Amino acid sequence: MANFGNFCILFAFCLSIYAFLAALAGARKRAEHIVKSAERAAYAAAGCVTLAFGSLLYLLLTDDFSVAHVANSSSRSLPLPYKVAAIWGGHDGSMLLWVFFTAAISAIVLWQNRRRHRDMMPYVLAVLMLDLSFFLSLGIFLSNPFQELVSVFPDGSAQPFAPADGQGLNPLLQYWAMVIHPPILYVGFIGFLVPFAFAVAALATRQRGEAWIAATRGWTLWTWLLLGVGLILGGKWAYVVLGWGGYWGWDPVENASLMPWLTGTAFLHSAIVQERRGMLKIWNVLLILATYLLGVFGTFLTRSGVVNSVHAFADSNIGRFFVFYMAVVLGLGLIMVYERREVLRGERRLDSMLCREGAFLFNNLVLVVACFAIFWGTMFPVFSEWVRGVKISVGPVFFNKINVPIGLLLLLLTGVGPLFAWRKTSAASLKKSFLPPSVAAVATCAASLLLGLRDPYALACFTLCAFVLATIVEEFVRGARARGRARGEGFLVALGGLVWKDKRRYGGYVAHLGVVLLFVGLAGNAFNEEANGAMRTGQEMRVGGYTLKMAGFREGVQGTYQFGELYLEAYKDGKPLGTLRPERRLYDGGQSTTTVGLRSTPLEDLYVVYTGTDADGRREVKARVNPLVFWVWAGAALMFAGTLIAIGKK
Amino acid sequence: MTAKAKFIIGGAVIVAALAWLGFVGFQESKSYYVTVDEFNGMRDSLGGKTLKLAGDVVAGSIDRSKPQMEFAIASPKTDIRVRYVGSDIIPDTFKDGAKALVEGRLDADGVFNARHIEAKCASKYEAEYDDRTRLRRNP
Repeated sequence: MANFGNFCILFAFCLSIYAFLAALAGARKRAEHIVKSAERAAYAAAGCVTLAFGSLLYLLLTDDFSVAHVANSSSRSLPLPYKVAAIWGGHDGSMLLWVFFTAAISAIVLWQNRRRHRDMMPYVLAVLMLDLSFFLSLGIFLSNPFQELVSVFPDGSAQPFAPADGQGLNPLLQYWAMVIHPPILYVGFIGFLVPFAFAVAALATRQRGEAWIAATRGWTLWTWLLLGVGLILGGKWAYVVLGWGGYWGWDPVENASLMPWLTGTAFLHSAIVQERRGMLKIWNVLLILATYLLGVFGTFLTRSGVVNSVHAFADSNIGRFFVFYMAVVLGLGLIMVYERREVLRGERRLDSMLCREGAFLFNNLVLVVACFAIFWGTMFPVFSEWVRGVKISVGPVFFNKINVPIGLLLLLLTGVGPLFAWRKTSAASLKKSFLPPSVAAVATCAASLLLGLRDPYALACFTLCAFVLATIVEEFVRGARARGRARGEGFLVALGGLVWKDKRRYGGYVAHLGVVLLFVGLAGNAFNEEANGAMRTGQEMRVGGYTLKMAGFREGVQGTYQFGELYLEAYKDGKPLGTLRPERRLYDGGQSTTTVGLRSTPLEDLYVVYTGTDADGRREVKARVNPLVFWVWAGAALMFAGTLIAIGKK
Repeated sequence: MTAKAKFIIGGAVIVAALAWLGFVGFQESKSYYVTVDEFNGMRDSLGGKTLKLAGDVVAGSIDRSKPQMEFAIASPKTDIRVRYVGSDIIPDTFKDGAKALVEGRLDADGVFNARHIEAKCASKYEAEYDDRTRLRRNP
């Protein structure tokens, strides 16, 4: 089966190369039959990759440990869902998953456009196949998931070798969010390939219009949505499984997925400007090029070991191939944009600062600066080593210093953008629409100050959240009232009809509402409290208004791990709140994992970790009170819901 | 003044302010990244600086009996004693043989005071089977 899988990816590689060349040749000669042949080859490549994917799945499910990837990432006792997840539990297999998604997405795009955009399709296909053949070549030559194990004897002879059992899936990855996190994130990276391919095709065919943006709007939004979901699932995993108390640590791997999300967010907004006003054409092409490359760069970061990170993948010599590929794509992209600069000339100029376009421009500027700062901070060890021969790394302080003000600026723009009209906003309309949100903001600011809030960033954040919230409510109320009057509908009916009628616009506002809640949650970080304690049964510790009483301890062996579990009764103001059960596990391979004891309410999370036993046999506990974390997840969920509404047709 | 000029000036002010914040943040949080061997080679020049020190946790060196955990990390040639003075949870991946990255500075008594520990497992298969097996490329 391993040989079969190997054959499949090798064949798929040949097919993708053929499809790439034939698509270009067909486009040049305007020969539809050659293009058709290229498309068939692309479908066949997708079929082959699917078969390869299926054979790796088969190898995992049948515990065939003669294959290195299976022996590394699975074991006999692993529960079935984790055996499936073991496909992406190691470097080699995750590359195959990546290739599988790329091939599948390519096939779907071809099928969707079998009758549309025929002029662009040969070039779209060429870009898709270039990407696919690059990743297939990595999967075949550098990180082949079908490699078999051999034992080598002192005389140099070798023999196939199959260990009796596999190493098992890293216990840290045995958590629901971590099972679905990689596939979701991958689609979130790879999907930007589609708008990028259409952008290239539009340039190649000298299209002036917005056809490429309109044709890929669904792909862009779905990809952006899934990337966001992947980011949040990663944060959830860090929060609940890693046990250091937070959900975001500016780790290179986290940054890798945030960067394309930021440029993708910029693209979503600037694409609207191009559709409405025919401006920012060059900018949009550059943004989608950057977003696509940052997706590739993200895989590069997590796999090449170029920057130190928590990911154990790394350390393969795959890095230089990525750098080569990214340099080629970047170079070709820039040359193409330069060649076609006349086609991309904007149809209009900026009329005034206080207009919707202006707000979008600042939104883009700030998002791109954030991305650049994160890129710089993440890669600084590499750059400093090139330039000065010493590796210098920067910590979370650097990232927070820049990104917290950027976040607040973005929040402000989220509020004021919809208040501005396109082209030019009149003073009278500004006054009218700014009044209610400004009142809400001032009231919130005053209330926060009275309640004793002194942290400047948190204060600014809550004030802006109130402002934005008020603008969004204003938009909904104004729209629903107008519709209600015009059609004689009740307020709620009119509200529903309003959203249904213009899903794009109001879905966007729902997403903005999610952003507001997310920022409320992020501001909670300013008030985190932490305490360490060591207790015996019956003893207590305090953290931020809570009392934790150790009620008992249980230990034992289960399956492949030993565990120790603490029973902590939580009280606030003398009132019992239930028992938290933080746990530590020690797996056979020596790997230990933490399960956090968590009591989450909209106001605050009580977060306890059992960290070990001290020299006197007391149980050590790290306890935190993390206010408002609930709103991070809730806000993200609302953002996703809003995006889903906006994806719907008009 | 045209709208474009206003936008450019406004943008420049924002970017300049952020660049300044970035510079301040960089100065506050930068740390040199060296291996244990490199560190031992240039102790004089790196003595007082905040560093990220990379090495493998020496098997059997982890001593949790003291109030502050101590252990040793080594690059191939030399090693150094580390005392963990931070309050963050020690990562689950920290164990004998793990690749560790400790952030902190050298104390007067020659022990490296680490405020922060990162660790990752050595690549799994190679570590376990290295002496008798080797991965073969197939076909």
